[in-house]
Amino acid sequence: MLTIEIDGKSYQAQAGQTLIEVTEANGIDVPRFCYHKKLSIAASCRMCLVEVEKAPKPMPACATPVMDGMKVFTRSTKALAAQKAVMEFLLINHPLDCPICDQGGECELQDIAVGYGNDISNYQEDKRVVISKNLGPLIATEMTRCIHCTRCVRFSKEISGVPEMGDPGRGEHMEIGTYVEKNITSELSGNMIDICPVGALTSKPFRFSARSWEMQQHNTIAPHDSVGSNIAVHTRRNQVLRVVPRENEAINEIWISDRDRFSYEGLAADDRVTSPMIKKDGTWEKVHWDTALAYAVDNLKKIDSKSIGTLASPTATIEELFLLQKLMRGIGSNNIDHRLRQIDFSDQEQAPLFPYLGQAITDLETCDSALLIGTHLRKEQPILNHRLRKAGAKIAVFNPIDYEFNFPIAAKMIVAPNNWVNNLAGIAKALLGNGLIPATMQKLLADVTFDIEQQTIAKVLQTGEKRTVLLGNLATSHPQFATIRALAATIAKLSGARLGYLPEANNTAGAWLAGVLPHRQAGGEVVAEAGLDANAMLTQNLKAYMLLGLEPELDSCTSSLASLEQADFVVSLTAYKTDAIENYADVILPISLFTETSGTYVNAEGLWQSFGGVVNPTGSTRPAWKILRVLGNLFDLAGFDYISSEQVRDEVQALVGDKKPNNSAGWQIPTSLDNMASDGLQRITEMPIYSGDALVRRATALQDTLDADVAGVHVNPTVAKQFNDSEQVQVNGISLPLVLDERVPDGCALIYAGQNVGAWHENVDVS
Amino acid sequence: MKAIIDLFKRLFLLELIKGLRVTGKYLFERKITVQYPDEKTPQSFRFRGRHAQRRYPNGEERCIACKLCEATCPALAITIEVEQRADGSRRTSRYDIDLTKCIFCGYCEESCPVDAIVETRVFEYCGEESGDLLMTKQDLLASGDKLESQLAADRLLDSQYR
Repeated sequence: MLTIEIDGKSYQAQAGQTLIEVTEANGIDVPRFCYHKKLSIAASCRMCLVEVEKAPKPMPACATPVMDGMKVFTRSTKALAAQKAVMEFLLINHPLDCPICDQGGECELQDIAVGYGNDISNYQEDKRVVISKNLGPLIATEMTRCIHCTRCVRFSKEISGVPEMGDPGRGEHMEIGTYVEKNITSELSGNMIDICPVGALTSKPFRFSARSWEMQQHNTIAPHDSVGSNIAVHTRRNQVLRVVPRENEAINEIWISDRDRFSYEGLAADDRVTSPMIKKDGTWEKVHWDTALAYAVDNLKKIDSKSIGTLASPTATIEELFLLQKLMRGIGSNNIDHRLRQIDFSDQEQAPLFPYLGQAITDLETCDSALLIGTHLRKEQPILNHRLRKAGAKIAVFNPIDYEFNFPIAAKMIVAPNNWVNNLAGIAKALLGNGLIPATMQKLLADVTFDIEQQTIAKVLQTGEKRTVLLGNLATSHPQFATIRALAATIAKLSGARLGYLPEANNTAGAWLAGVLPHRQAGGEVVAEAGLDANAMLTQNLKAYMLLGLEPELDSCTSSLASLEQADFVVSLTAYKTDAIENYADVILPISLFTETSGTYVNAEGLWQSFGGVVNPTGSTRPAWKILRVLGNLFDLAGFDYISSEQVRDEVQALVGDKKPNNSAGWQIPTSLDNMASDGLQRITEMPIYSGDALVRRATALQDTLDADVAGVHVNPTVAKQFNDSEQVQVNGISLPLVLDERVPDGCALIYAGQNVGAWHENVDVS
Repeated sequence: MKAIIDLFKRLFLLELIKGLRVTGKYLFERKITVQYPDEKTPQSFRFRGRHAQRRYPNGEERCIACKLCEATCPALAITIEVEQRADGSRRTSRYDIDLTKCIFCGYCEESCPVDAIVETRVFEYCGEESGDLLMTKQDLLASGDKLESQLAADRLLDSQYR
């Protein structure tokens, strides 16, 4: 510990700290633009100049390390004069167009100019003008306002990991931009808006919509990935205008993904349904809640409860999910599931309590080596990807597509889905002898061979102390998921790594805990007679369906509505009314979306985060937990007399108690380690980053990004030759563009989900 | 002694005469009563009457939707909504002043960085129905167009004191 004196008072400091860190920690204001606690030090703005005793000139506090006995003056005549002079220079080329600038009112330059600047400027000459850059649909630019702090440049290099922003030119000719005009491709790009201290980078969807002083801030939890990023929603007149991150070092630090930031646009989508509707003789009519609920209950009562199927979106809150399963189990149906993108349920009895990350989110950044199995981590879970990137670990990937990562990959295997099992077994085999695994598993591995590739991955996984194996969405939706899970657990066991799952949605973990499963009740209690799983429900024809927040044609891996269309009665609790829903549903009960309801999400590390409603429900929509509560009353079920969502949450929490998921034991020994047979072109299906749930599908700005441009059949050039490199191909009768994509392995075609060309796992008939 | 003086004062109604002297003075002074509406008092160029929005000489509206007037209005009489016009500029899609709330303090005019919202010399207006006293953007601009020469002259006169 060192002792330094700032403005006549002594403070304790750590060796190696910079002055600004000490002043920050002790609440002493030092103005700054380029310094940011999460970024490297540039010392380019010179705003943080302070006087240091025995130093001939004022020193930048952000780049001056503390020394024992140092005497610092932040408000001395010399320091103030230096700050004033710097401020005047910074304002020389700043347009001072605050009245039309979106940053006005929340601008660091404005604040510091008032606090530390001069009243007048000596500058009379012409100001510099910089042509604004087009950075894509999310970030609006006004580059004349830029003060060259280079926070965005450092952000793209250090945080987003895609060095897209740069500062070519020097002095007067320096311009921040993307070198050549292009869209920013980072999935964390929105954070540049937050870190820009001036109005050079602002939010394009929010552009001009409100001033900071008009809005109210409400704290809530992001509804997309399994991180549960802490966000603040800014509202005005009961309307959500933007989303900004909230600091939480244990979860999202100060960053949020673009998906969490811009998905709010979907809240006010045109197809939002605002009043209950029932279908009578093929025509939809708006009715009162009483009528709609009674109609739903009367018709469901007529149907044998065993032939009712219930499907829920894992984006719903745990309260909604719990009440849904309580209701359906109450009327005698165990056909209830949320795993719409899974197809192999053969080991569901052994599965852990919920798909658990296997560690805390912060542990990811301290791991030494990692194996990623079947995940496009960057786009699936941008914040977890960032954590892993920070770790600087040796990372091996095992994927069907050669995804681009923003960190160095130590070893990779790109394997067509039908060959996964054998290749993963090879990795396990290469590790064999490092630990104890069940004898039966050892026997299965006896015949497996491995080559240099698998050995390299095995070597990567033996580096360092902290190791982890992560299973992503592409593994979960694999037709041999049970075997893959077993092999991943074996690999983890043999390498001493932690096995972790990357749950696909914000509340997948919550859905498992709430018991939205055919074989388990809330808290993981086993059901005596397991019901049908999601895939069975959508392929077998049941008589009635109950849907919560779903668009099954886009959300499920069967991509088929046939069984819903043939059903006698379908109740859809939905926020949006699409043509498909109009076609198959009989009752639409409009639900409130995430800003309009209170609830709880459970993230990948098992953290329960509750939040309250932010705005009033749109039209006569109601929070789904209230609708389900009333449905429970109408069915005369006991225990549906909740008056708040907190009561529901407390009930689930009591049922879960202190149970913890055990990933290392949550698997079963597979019967064989055979690959899947495959003839013809295998389909690989990825859920695009901006199509994962109903809300983000309607976020117009996100749909304009390059990440949302996913139409077509992606094949590598060798495969493309089979189709004579034609531009359009027919897939299951639908014409799609043929996209050349080097990342796709031979014998495979990458078709993103949501293009209405049949089930995810079938071989595709391309012509 | 004091008692005797007081007695004299009361006896000769001295206080009354003093008062009547003031009255008598004004009886012969020049009258300042104005026969409104035939006659009108002179107005200052800083007179704060009903609002108007001004345009630049080329016809472009001045208002840039910075919302400072809305923020500064102590009576919360101003409501603004902003949109991006086709040419990319920041403009109001709604600019309402509720004259029933307005206290004519002039803060909106004072806060305006582009002299868009101004208070005119018009004070003779009325509304017969509820809503008549809500000035929309069109009303304000129309009023500004009509009174522009007067407004410009008044701002010029005022500018020497700024």
